Amino acid sequence: MYKFTVRNIVYRFDDLKILLAKASPYRTGDALAGVYAESYEERVAAQIALADVPLKTFLSEAIIPYEQDEITRLIIDGHDVESFNSISSLTVGGFRDWLLSDETDTSILKELAAGITPEMAAAVSKLMRNQDLIAGAKKCGVVTKFRNTIGLRGHFSTRLQPNHPTDDLKGIAASMIDGLLYGSGDAVIGINPATDSPATVMKLLELIDRVRQQFDIPAQSCVLSHITTTLDLINKGAPVDLCFQSIGGTEQTNTSFGINLALLDEAYHATLSLNRGTVGQNVMYFETGQGSALSANAHHGVDQQTCEARAYAVAKKYKPLLVNTVVGFIGPEYLYDGKQIIRAALEDHFCGKLLGLPMGVDVCYTNHAEADQDDMDNLLTLLGVAGCNFIMGVPGSDDIMLNYQSTSFHDALYLRKILGLRPAPEFEQWLKKQGIVDENGDILKISPSHKLLSGIVE
Amino acid sequence: MKDEIINTDPLSLLKSFTAARIAIGRVGNSIPLKQSLEFKLAHAHARDAVYSVLDTEGLLNNLNVFNLPVLHLHSKAQTRHKYLKRPDYGRQLNDESTEQLKDYNGTGYDVVVIIADGLSATAVNENAFDLVEILIPMLLGAKLKPGPICLVEQGRVAIGDDIGYGLNAKFSILLIGERPGLSSADSIGAYLTYNPRPGLTDESRNCISNIRPQGLTSKPAADKIFYLINEAFRRKLSGVGLKDNAGEIGH
Repeated sequence: MYKFTVRNIVYRFDDLKILLAKASPYRTGDALAGVYAESYEERVAAQIALADVPLKTFLSEAIIPYEQDEITRLIIDGHDVESFNSISSLTVGGFRDWLLSDETDTSILKELAAGITPEMAAAVSKLMRNQDLIAGAKKCGVVTKFRNTIGLRGHFSTRLQPNHPTDDLKGIAASMIDGLLYGSGDAVIGINPATDSPATVMKLLELIDRVRQQFDIPAQSCVLSHITTTLDLINKGAPVDLCFQSIGGTEQTNTSFGINLALLDEAYHATLSLNRGTVGQNVMYFETGQGSALSANAHHGVDQQTCEARAYAVAKKYKPLLVNTVVGFIGPEYLYDGKQIIRAALEDHFCGKLLGLPMGVDVCYTNHAEADQDDMDNLLTLLGVAGCNFIMGVPGSDDIMLNYQSTSFHDALYLRKILGLRPAPEFEQWLKKQGIVDENGDILKISPSHKLLSGIVE
Repeated sequence: MKDEIINTDPLSLLKSFTAARIAIGRVGNSIPLKQSLEFKLAHAHARDAVYSVLDTEGLLNNLNVFNLPVLHLHSKAQTRHKYLKRPDYGRQLNDESTEQLKDYNGTGYDVVVIIADGLSATAVNENAFDLVEILIPMLLGAKLKPGPICLVEQGRVAIGDDIGYGLNAKFSILLIGERPGLSSADSIGAYLTYNPRPGLTDESRNCISNIRPQGLTSKPAADKIFYLINEAFRRKLSGVGLKDNAGEIGH
């Protein structure tokens, strides 16, 4: 039982789960689930009560029972007590102040990552303003490698997302070349297939691999099919660089995705065994997003941001190259407007980074959300300042297969220019060699005889 | 002057391969104004479609030609804002509408046609009647007994379960405005459910998507629906179990 009194009204919170939910900044998904503060005052009372909770409490009070949920078991069994020792005497509120203090730097946070549980990260984020989430995340550095190096300070990458509603190979190739000529694709060239048919996925994998080899691109490819499809294709000798899967923060959510930890283990080891990375072997690409647990009716009364943070424990186990929170895709019943989408994105980015993950964000919205390009410009800029590892690159922001709006190739150029950020170093060298950017990293005018263009016309 | 500022894109020749917004050029690092405004206009159409309102008077008038009772129903979502925030409200009828159904639940029906605004009333206003006009005669020709035609405001897909069950219907056809994309804001989806009853989920239905003049047009859409109805009655099911057969039609 947790409580706080404001002007003679005693606010009681039965357990940690309820306290976390009521301390969350308002969002429609928590209201839909019925786990939210009923007044502004109750929300702040919950935040004040949460600030006084010792971090140690999170190790003894599981918000989803250990016996019922393999993600809880992963979190508890994987917790590193030694790393935790340096903050074990702190409360959640004390942790927030400690995180923002001058003494707490990148190397300290790196050491600490294994000692923080997702629930601790979620809890402290609920006490932080957007500015704190940006400042906190900026201190964390998470670098991963496959054919290039992603997440270095001062660098900023993009996933080139050349989707097509019927998986037409020429249509996809056209978007892909367009993106490369705008300097996009250093995080991954990643296609969402319109169907999960193994034959189609195979063709798409072969297409990207052919282009990559033809032009000697230091980047990795991925077709975002279900993990079982990818596993089968690995066994058939498909050129799989990265293994993709959507993941959630409860065992039941993952069941609804048709996965569990054992399956992820199998796919991880199968992908590793291909040994295709040249500068590193981070081989997994995960996508997450607040609301997925509620959407699968698998949230156990836990607020959506805490569920999301728990998904990061799953990701962490497999040393991923990329983790992408697809923040605005789920719709207004979970995140209603630009304000809620922006807040959720900053929370996800902060919590993921604090837990040691290479976080990227799909800065996006659907047409029934109260959001537009202006909101995305705001979020994009905030994430650039916060040190986000990567965003998406979609032609003209319009994904014609998934029917939502994400960031354009131009958006990434804008951010790099405004903030002085550069692509992954290996990829930047390649862009220079191809005459796509100049010595300063500025994009060049492309001649119609550029070899990337003539190559694709064939 | 314009040509000097805007870097046009040599990739234009590849535009024929995809409807994606490729080769849009740039001014500095930004999208040129013309393309930026085109995008804005497409988004404006989609936004307006989400907040569009059913033309109930026009639709009710048109639907009277079939000499079937026409019911005007409403979900529990009173406003569009509630509808967007609470999908559960959009899936249930309000109390008055539930009462209204009680006058018709006697001997039951074979097929009930339901028309709901969904996320684009525009789509329904523009394209629903064309489809129903083809579909109803097909049902009558096959000696299927149609129930009252139901027009639903602020409805989501699963509201068809409440209605089908309330009317004691063996089959429901729900025509609903789909979530608008940037390329189309006028698309209807048809959801077909055998033995509709509360509590069903998506795997119990068949869906035919993208019904609009520039997509799947009314006649082939009606043919597909009619084929699936016959198959559903023959095999006494709808949804995942019917999907394979559905793929074989229309080639």
